[in-house]
This record gives sequence, structure tokens and C-alpha cells, in this order.
Amino acid sequence: MAAQSALARAFDSDLWWSFKRSPVTVVSAIVALACILGAVLAPWIAPHNPFDLASLNLIDAFKPPAWTGDGDATYPLGTDDQGRDVLSAIMYGARVSLLVGICAVLFATILGIAIGLVAGYVGGTVDSVLMRIADIQLTFPSILIALLIDGIVRAALPREVHDRVALFVVIFAIGISAWPAFARTVRGSTLVERNKEYVLAARVIGVSPLRIMASHVLPNVLGPVLVIATLGLGGAILTEATLSFLGVGVPPTQPSLGTLIRIGNDFLFSGEWWITIFPGVALIAMVLSVNLLGDWLRDALNPKLR
Amino acid sequence: MMPALLEVEDLRVEFPTRRGLLTALDGISFAIDPGEVLGVVGESGAGKSMTGAAIIGLLEPPGRIAAGQVRLAGRRIDTLPYEEMRKIRGREIGAIFQDPLTTLNPLYRIGDQLIETMQTHLGVNAAEARRRAIEWLELVGIPAAAQRVDSYPHEFSGGMRQRVVIALALCAEPKLIVADEPTTALDVSIQAQVITLLKRLAREKGTAMMLVTHDMGVIAEAADRVAVMYAGRIAEIGPVREVVRHPKHPYSVGLMASIPPLDRRVERLAQIEGAMPRLSAIPPGCPFNPRCPYAFGRCRTERPELLETGATRAACWLYDAASERHVAGARAHG
Amino acid sequence: MAEQIVAGPTAAAFAAATEAARDAGPTALPAFAHAADAGPMLEAEELARHFDVSRPLLQRLFAGEARRILRAVDGVSFSIPKGTTLSLVGESGCGKSTVARLVVGLYPPTRGRVIFDGQDLAQARADSAQRRRMQMIFQDPYASLNPRWRVQDIIAEPIRAFGLVTDRGAQRDRVAQLLTQVGLSPLDGEKFPHEFSGGQRQRISIARALSSNPEFLVCDEPTSALDVSVQAQILNLMKALQRDLGLTYLFISHNLAVVRQISDRIGVMYLGRIAELAPAETLFTAPRHPYTRALMEAIPDLDMTGRKRIPVGGEVPSPISPPPGCPFHPRCPLANERCRAEVPALLPARGTPESVVACHAVEEGRDHIEAPLAVAAALS
Repeated sequence: MAAQSALARAFDSDLWWSFKRSPVTVVSAIVALACILGAVLAPWIAPHNPFDLASLNLIDAFKPPAWTGDGDATYPLGTDDQGRDVLSAIMYGARVSLLVGICAVLFATILGIAIGLVAGYVGGTVDSVLMRIADIQLTFPSILIALLIDGIVRAALPREVHDRVALFVVIFAIGISAWPAFARTVRGSTLVERNKEYVLAARVIGVSPLRIMASHVLPNVLGPVLVIATLGLGGAILTEATLSFLGVGVPPTQPSLGTLIRIGNDFLFSGEWWITIFPGVALIAMVLSVNLLGDWLRDALNPKLR
Repeated sequence: MMPALLEVEDLRVEFPTRRGLLTALDGISFAIDPGEVLGVVGESGAGKSMTGAAIIGLLEPPGRIAAGQVRLAGRRIDTLPYEEMRKIRGREIGAIFQDPLTTLNPLYRIGDQLIETMQTHLGVNAAEARRRAIEWLELVGIPAAAQRVDSYPHEFSGGMRQRVVIALALCAEPKLIVADEPTTALDVSIQAQVITLLKRLAREKGTAMMLVTHDMGVIAEAADRVAVMYAGRIAEIGPVREVVRHPKHPYSVGLMASIPPLDRRVERLAQIEGAMPRLSAIPPGCPFNPRCPYAFGRCRTERPELLETGATRAACWLYDAASERHVAGARAHG
Repeated sequence: MAEQIVAGPTAAAFAAATEAARDAGPTALPAFAHAADAGPMLEAEELARHFDVSRPLLQRLFAGEARRILRAVDGVSFSIPKGTTLSLVGESGCGKSTVARLVVGLYPPTRGRVIFDGQDLAQARADSAQRRRMQMIFQDPYASLNPRWRVQDIIAEPIRAFGLVTDRGAQRDRVAQLLTQVGLSPLDGEKFPHEFSGGQRQRISIARALSSNPEFLVCDEPTSALDVSVQAQILNLMKALQRDLGLTYLFISHNLAVVRQISDRIGVMYLGRIAELAPAETLFTAPRHPYTRALMEAIPDLDMTGRKRIPVGGEVPSPISPPPGCPFHPRCPLANERCRAEVPALLPARGTPESVVACHAVEEGRDHIEAPLAVAAALS
């Protein structure tokens, strides 16, 4: 009953209304949803399992997409040099890309919110120090930080351990370079909320700063965070793809879209274009749809544009 | 008799929203003569600012004029295309808003803004425009105008900025000034200076002025006539002295009575119970009827037009002799 | 249909209707006997608060600037007897809101101290049983309620913070009772703030402030953002609550007419200092400080008696670089050499010893009480 009324409220909200009125957003949402579902449900709906060595047959290698002359209906988007189904590889690859992207953004969001809240609410020297750290962080491109961290971990850990933690290293590297954006936004909103009278009212009765930050300030600064997180997700997926393309990203045992593009890249000029183009298209579709959703969210949550 | 400068006739403004059409202004009619100051007073949400915005063609979308006419010196202006209206806004209608910073461009010297306005609208040359700019600044009481003409807006205090805005609104010698809460952002001691100035200039230049404010004191001070608005309609309109001292519409009566007096302490202020209805829930009949201690049957079903009450006109059935309940001497209403 | 001829609507009829709808008295609230106590609820002694508004250190070093100190409040003393209302009036930037925040401990004072019921404020703030006794009502009804909280949670926040009522059901009952007390419906607790008008929100703020059974309320411009008919409702409510609960108010406002309705004593502030402090009636019948008189002159005349409104010339100087001597001297028609050099002390005025006035002219008897104050003439 309660859930139903919450659902009814959601469908009655201004957000849902502005969503329905923007065809681009609706299309983006459908594409994004398709990407996410395809990735999440890959083990159940993918036509083949590209990691099942037993099912691979080198005779099927380099099959072009199904609609071309030499195509084979069992491999709708063709196969790669190992005879793996490109469509299935994309679905499994998107799973890794999405996982890394979401985890990295979550990590950055949590870190950024915590730092931004403290900087904005406490102010003074604490604020200055935290924000200077954010400034320094921002002067390093995220790829550079990721390469640096990856290099250190590679040097410090034996090969097999490194492969096991590689995924976390990528998540950490991407996340750590994204937190300043969140921290700055949260700090800005916190500075505004901190001086609002409902916060003063809580301070007058002696509510602790931690509690004020958590129960008063945080819920009111989440709107912009949601926007940055959505836009940041596209960026994180792209960064991961770049790292994997450069060969310092996820381990080869768990290929992401970036890995697939790199592998396919070797065959691009020998005529087997589908091996790299389709993962590329999938990557673009995913990032673009998420970014368009983020843009819409930003406009929809901005009262000035309504 | 000279025709009115501004005539507003049966103006209706609507806002299409996703919950249906909201009627923000309904049946607004009034006229302002040259040199006359019409005060428009009401509570927040009564539609007073929107009336001003509709007249100067600056309604916030999706708001639109759905019915009625606005005529400036006999010419219809509510149907003009945006570009033409923009020219009229500079040349024939001057606008003054509550926050002077929204009117002044922070990147230009105030003198340049005055000069540009006059060159565009009056076609005078630069030297003449500059001379007049300094004259205007002196007129609105800016000390050392000849030096300050080259200052930027941020170099002025709030009160001084509002004077600059007034100079800017008046320098093109418009026939009509629409001033929306021109003194609300100012302290009381500065308020008095600005009001006195506005009133004097309107008199001297023969400019008609529509003065929108929530402050009855400002109205009493500066206006010749006053329109009291409630829920998007005019409740009462008449000479300011009459409306302030002998209001006829029960809402005006309650409004005047709830103003705390300065000259004595009262144990309990008169108050109007409840709150003004939202636009989406304006009751049928007279919009004031749920809060009105005089409401009777007809008020709940039939919407009153402005009726003669003697010195003022009030939208109240008490002044119609055909009502089952009415004030002695109420006129029969067709 | 029987025809009925009535008299025209009158203010008296509204007053009668108001009486009929009189707010219900306290319902089963613990009775406080403190109104009978003689001691002051609150005392401020030479209270000062300065803000450092310098630019950041690096920029300052490059530009070779000195520190910029804003003296928001600069030596303010007053005391508020229990069960009474002291109002502070003045124009924006005079420091009245800063005093309010100092008094509830939102800012620590730069100098001086606040004594709350005989105890230093810092100690009182450390003790939740003492802290409970003071509450604050704010100006902006749209910023004073957390938009994401339900009204019942907003009102219950102090109850929970002080652990006054721990049982959930009893908390709900208490919230319902508070809502009724401020003229709202107990069912309103379920709603969110955006569903209410400005006046109703201010009632919710008052209910929240009352929920910890306070004895002292600091009201920072509580009616300034409201329409005049709603302002009357809130002022009436506040007066009724004071009468019924024996509350002590520190009331901050820029509106002299409002202040007259609610105050026992009034302090007029100018540039961080008190210019005049007097019983309400005395202040209005015999204002002494030239600034007080100028303020009264500047108020629009609603009775349309044809009295010419005499504006005060000039503007309030910046509190970063206040003028030497009496802060009002650049705008004062009575200023002389002494006023430009020496800061006047608050002294009982000749003729009206119940007022204390910080003015050399009043002290020396050069203020000519009977003559109209020609401020405008002197300055324009």
C-alpha cells in the first residue's frame, strides 16, 4: 500500500512530467536501459558464452555480421579471431565496463560528499586545506593518476595478485580522480544550506554538527550530486575504456568494451572491421544515453529553467 | 476631457500548467491619466506584479494574455510583436523593478547606460546625451553627478542605485512608468527619499505611473488612486484617501484594519482569518467569500463586478440593492 | 427572500470576528511561574561581535591591504526582565540580527558576555536542561523549515533532541497539541512544508520553538516576510502565547509600528550600537535621540493627515569604517565638534529619565524637544 502510493507520487511528480515531454530523454532512457539490461543479464540472454573455451571453434573465426554475404545467423554481429561471438562479447564486456563505471562513481560520490560536507560545514582552515587538495587533484588528468597507481601496484605486487586486484585498482584510480567534482558541488550547496534558518534552528537546540550534516544538509544537496554522478558515469566508463585500450585497465581475463576495441583494432585494417566497430558503437550508445539523461536531469532539477 | 493614457480593459492572464489552466488575472480594468499615480496594492500572489508585467509585455512564459485589451494613448499594445513592444518599453513605457541590480548592467558605467538609452530613443547626439545624463543624475539626487556619471553600478549603495534606475527609466521621457516594488529593498529612511522623488518627477513631467507595492504606507504617500487586488481580481478601486480612510470592500476594510498603528498600542490587531486561496483553488462566487464576515448566499455563487459605492468602486454584493443583504443606499445594479 | 439592510463593513466588525476566533488558550501545558520571578531572564553586558571580512591572506599580501574588520555589534548592553518583551529596531546592517544570534549562542561574542537567568551563556549552552529554555524564531518562513522533512518531524526535532518525550505515541500527541496551539490542524503534521502558505509556515516555526517548553524566545524579524493581514495573525498569536505561557521575548524588527504593538521596552540600534533604549510608550511619545526622531519622521503617514514626511538625508555608513565619534554625526543636524570626536555614552535623558540615550546633544540639552527636527533641511 505504502509502496504503491510512493510509486503513484513518483508518476505524479514534476520530474516524470518533464521526462515524458522530452523525446530525446525517453529515447536515451530506453537505450540506456537496453544497455544495462543486456549487460546485467548477459549470462542468461547472450547467445554464446565467449569465455567457454570448449564452445569456441577456430573454424568460426572472422565470420562477418549476419546480414553480409558470408554471414552466419548464429553470430549476428560476426566473430573475432578466436571464433568468439562479437555480440556476446559485447554484452559480457559491457557488464565489466558498467561495473567499473558504477563502482568508481559510487566511490567518488561517497568520498566527495563526505569531504564536501565537512569542508562546507566546518569552513575555515579545514575548508581551505581540503579544497586545495581538490585543486591539486584536479591538475592531474585522471588517466595519469590511473597509470601512476597501476604502475605502483604492478611494481609492488606479484603478477597473479595483481591480476586479482586489477579491477579494484581501476575502480580506485578512476574514482579517486573524480571526487573533487563532487566535493566542490557538495561544498557549494552546503555553504548555502548551512546558513539557512532550519540549520540555525537545529544549532540553537544544540544538535551535533555530524547529525545536522547527515539529516539536514545532506538530503538537500543530493540533487546536484545525482546530476554529476549521472554525467560522471559516462566519463568513468570512457576512462575505463581508455585504460583498457591502453592495456593498463581490467585484466584480460575479464575483457571490457575497451579491451574488445583494442583487440579488434588489430584487425581493423585487414578488413575485419566488425570486431572493433560494434564494441565501439555499444560504448558510444551507452555513454551518450547516460550523458543525455544526465543533461536532462540537470535541467529538470534546475528551478530556473522550469 | 483628456483621454486616459493607459487603459486596461477586462484583462485576463492564464497559465497553462500540467494540472490545468490557471487564471492568474481575471477581469482587470482600470485607466491612468497623464500625471496620475495609480497605486496597486495587495498581498503576495494577488496578481499585482503580474498586472504590471502584462502591461509591459514581460509576462513570464507560459503565462499569456487570454482576453482583454491594453491601450497606451489609444493604441492597442497587448497584441504587438515582441520587437515592437521592446521599442515601446524603452521609449514610451519605463519600468522600475525591486532589485536595481537586475536593471543595471554591471559591466557598463551608469552614464553610458543613460547615454545609450537616450541616443536610442530620443535620437540626441552623444555630447547632448551626456549633458542630459548628468542632469538626470542631479535631478534624482546623486551628489557630485558630474564625477559619478563614469562610475559602475557596484560603486553605488542600494539607495543610490535605485535612484540611477529611476533616472534610467525616466531619461527617455516615457509617458508611462510601471514601478514594481521600487522601495521594498530599501531601508525606511531611504524609502522616503525615493518615494518623494518618484512622485515629484511624475508630477513635473506629466508622466503616468503605475506603482505596484504591498506597502500601504507607500501607497498612501505617493498614489492618487489605488486599486486593491485580491486573488487576481480588483476588489476595490478609488481615490487613495477614500480607500485608506473609508474602505468599502470587506477585504480592504480588513486589510486596513490589520495594519499595526504607529501612534498607539492595541491589545489585539484586527486580522483576516485564513489565507488567500491558491490560484488553483479560487472559490466560486466572490473569491473573498470564505474569509468574509459579511458573506451571504449570493457571494458564494455569483461573482461580483465592480459596483459604485459612492467615492470608490468595490466588487462586493453588499453594494447591490438587488442583493438579499445590502448596505443602505446601495444602488440598483443592472 | 427577506431583504436585510446592513451597515457598511467596518474595522470593528473585523476586530469582533477576530475576538470570536481567538486562539485557544494553553491546553494542559505545565504552568510556568517564572513571570512572577523578579530577576532578569537575560542580560547582555558590553556585547560585541566583529567579523573578519578581509580577503584571503595571499590576495591581501599581494594587494598590500590591511585586515578589514566589520564591527557588526560594538558594545551593546541591555537586560530583559522575565515575562516581558524587549525589541531592537534599526535599519539593515545596524547589527540587530547579530545581537539575536549572539544571545542564543550561534556566534561567540568577540567581547562582553551574555547572562541567561543568572548563568553565563557559555555554561548554560553546555547544559541541555538550560539550552532547552531558549528558542529562536526566524524571518524567512521559506528557509526556516527543512523542505524534506514532514511537519511533525520538524516540530518534534527539539522534543527528540532534548529527549523530552521518548514514547512515539506521546510525541505524536504533543505535536498535535502544539499544532492546535498555533492555530493549525493536527492533521497538518503529515504534510510537507511546501504545502503551506508563508503565514502557516511561520506558525509551524513557532510550534517547533514551543516544543521544548522554552521560557525565552528570540524572534528575528518574525513577521517581516509576511503580508500585512498575516502579520496581524502572527503578532496576535505571539502576544497570546506570551500571555498564556509567560514567555520572555527578544524581538528584532525594522518596523516601528510592529514593535510598538508587542514591546515593553525598545532599543533603537544604529551601526552596531544602541542609540536609545526606552519604555515603548516613552519612545513613541517622546523620542529623544535624533536618529530615533528621524526614523519616526520617515514612516509614511497612513492616516493621510497631510503631514509632510521628512526623509532623513544621507545613508548608513559602512560598519567596516564607521565614522569617529558618534556614528550618526554625518547625518545629524545637531552634530558639533564633540559629536565628531567623542563616542557618546548611554545616559538617562533629561526630562525623560526612563530613557537612556547616547547623544551629546541630549546630554547637553541642545536637542530642543519641541521643535520639529529639520533633518532634511539640514542635509538636502
